[in-house]
Amino acid sequence: MIDIEQVKHIAELARMSFTEKELEKFQKDLSAILDYVDKLKEINIDGVSPTSHSIDLKNITRIDEVKESDDELADDLINLAPHKKGRFIKVKPVF
Amino acid sequence: MDLYSLTIKKIVQGLTDKEFSCKEIIDGFLDNIAQKDKTINAFITVLDKEAVKQAKAVDKIIAGGEELPSLAGIPIAIKDNILVKGQRATAGSKILDNYIAPYDATVIRKLKQAGAIIIGKTNMDEFAMGASGEYSAYGVTKNPSDLDYAPGGSSSGSAAAVAAGMSVGALGSDTAGSVRQPASICGIVGMKPTYGAVSRYGLIAMASSLDQIGPLSKNVEDSKILFDIIKGRDKMDSTSCEIGEEFGVKSKEVTELVIGLPEECSGKGIQKEVIEVLQESVKKLTDKGIKIETVKLPHLNYGVPCYYIITPAEVSSNLARYDGIRYGKSKSGDELLDTYLNSRGEYFGNEVRRRIMLGTYVLSSGYYDAYYLRAQKVRTKIVEDFKKAFEKVDIILAPTLPTLPFKLGEKTNDPLSMYMADLLTVPANLAGLPAISVPAGKSGKLSIGIQFFAPHFKEDLLFKIANFFENEIH
Repeated sequence: MIDIEQVKHIAELARMSFTEKELEKFQKDLSAILDYVDKLKEINIDGVSPTSHSIDLKNITRIDEVKESDDELADDLINLAPHKKGRFIKVKPVF
Repeated sequence: MDLYSLTIKKIVQGLTDKEFSCKEIIDGFLDNIAQKDKTINAFITVLDKEAVKQAKAVDKIIAGGEELPSLAGIPIAIKDNILVKGQRATAGSKILDNYIAPYDATVIRKLKQAGAIIIGKTNMDEFAMGASGEYSAYGVTKNPSDLDYAPGGSSSGSAAAVAAGMSVGALGSDTAGSVRQPASICGIVGMKPTYGAVSRYGLIAMASSLDQIGPLSKNVEDSKILFDIIKGRDKMDSTSCEIGEEFGVKSKEVTELVIGLPEECSGKGIQKEVIEVLQESVKKLTDKGIKIETVKLPHLNYGVPCYYIITPAEVSSNLARYDGIRYGKSKSGDELLDTYLNSRGEYFGNEVRRRIMLGTYVLSSGYYDAYYLRAQKVRTKIVEDFKKAFEKVDIILAPTLPTLPFKLGEKTNDPLSMYMADLLTVPANLAGLPAISVPAGKSGKLSIGIQFFAPHFKEDLLFKIANFFENEIH
């Protein structure tokens, strides 16, 4: 069982607020899942290389160039922001 | 008009032969949605006005005697995590409740170019995390065959829409079985392409090393029609590539194929009725002269635990973008940090928060080697199992689900039992293989599907064998 302080620490890292009651429920759920995934320890992985990409594909690269797009798209993107001022996205001060 | 018996091919034919107009077809499907969807809840958004407008335009082309594009007038339902320009895309989450897609996903651009009509955006488990459709923030979707049952997930609405005659085809996304699994439960065909075969530009990301967009349809022929339209390299998705002959793949005749039957699929954790359907399917194939051989996938049972480390890890990074600042719902507080904490705490559902927490944990300092790296190494073992099996056989056959379809509410309080629904579908995602689920049997009113797996980029073989099987059982 992972302890409640650890759950709080993860919640902080994940930038999510929780009620105390929710934290207890997540402590239980996370512990059960972590116990279950421990099953992977049954497998000998000595000398095995990790797989992050399942297809034998070489890196695909392209030139990083600026492309023009119309003002309409820029406006659409800015309009999606919950808080804005004119054509700027508004945030609370960082410091 | 009998919308149930319509397929993409039949609509194309009917429009060409002027058997019916496009407006009649679209009105028919929209009427069905109006009648049934209050109960089934397969759609989050119905694009009725746009669809009717497009239908009239198609009828005009027909009246003018011009040539129709290949999918002209075909209604397609789209999972709500795929962007359609100017329309809402919620991904089943409250945090994107007010999000309007600023561009078309590549698959949508291709469908539109082919003349398809986007009839609506379908319900789904929040951010595609779930196996029953019950983790949607927009209400559960019901199984059209039996309303007490879950339709499967996470492409719950896409599967239910096709099964209930509310669309003739649909797109979903498959990260651990989210296309094949609901297709199996709803009695239709669901296909997951090879990783990279279809562009994911405009798909709201869940687990990037596993996600693929795939078609849901009435039959295998329609599945292939949709796949052929959406596939191919796209410069907007660097993991996408050309497939098939471009990749040096040569196809075999169906009667030359050898099918592998994993011995693990008849053992522990697989329900008796499911094994029986598998055995009947095997018999039908052998009766037609198809050769079957037993193969071993010794790490099959490690797919789910492997997935539940890799996916949460990727989820925790991918969903970091929902910050309450750039788009989506926002709940501010005194400081900037409060905006993050409140927005994410308030608008993410429980399963999403569970996976973000789990992913943050396994990637946090000191745990990386024990969890994430270990899981990636186990993933290699699973990939190797398939490589070995495919040295002996051309195709692998397995049930789609380890159990019979389950009732609504049966698994919602037990995340682990929900995860186990992915047992037989997740290996294809971990190994990047193409796979297709086709109906094979029934248990009462509910369907049971089986799935075929092929080696990378051998979609051709997959459609051939699935089509052969489908024709043999009907």
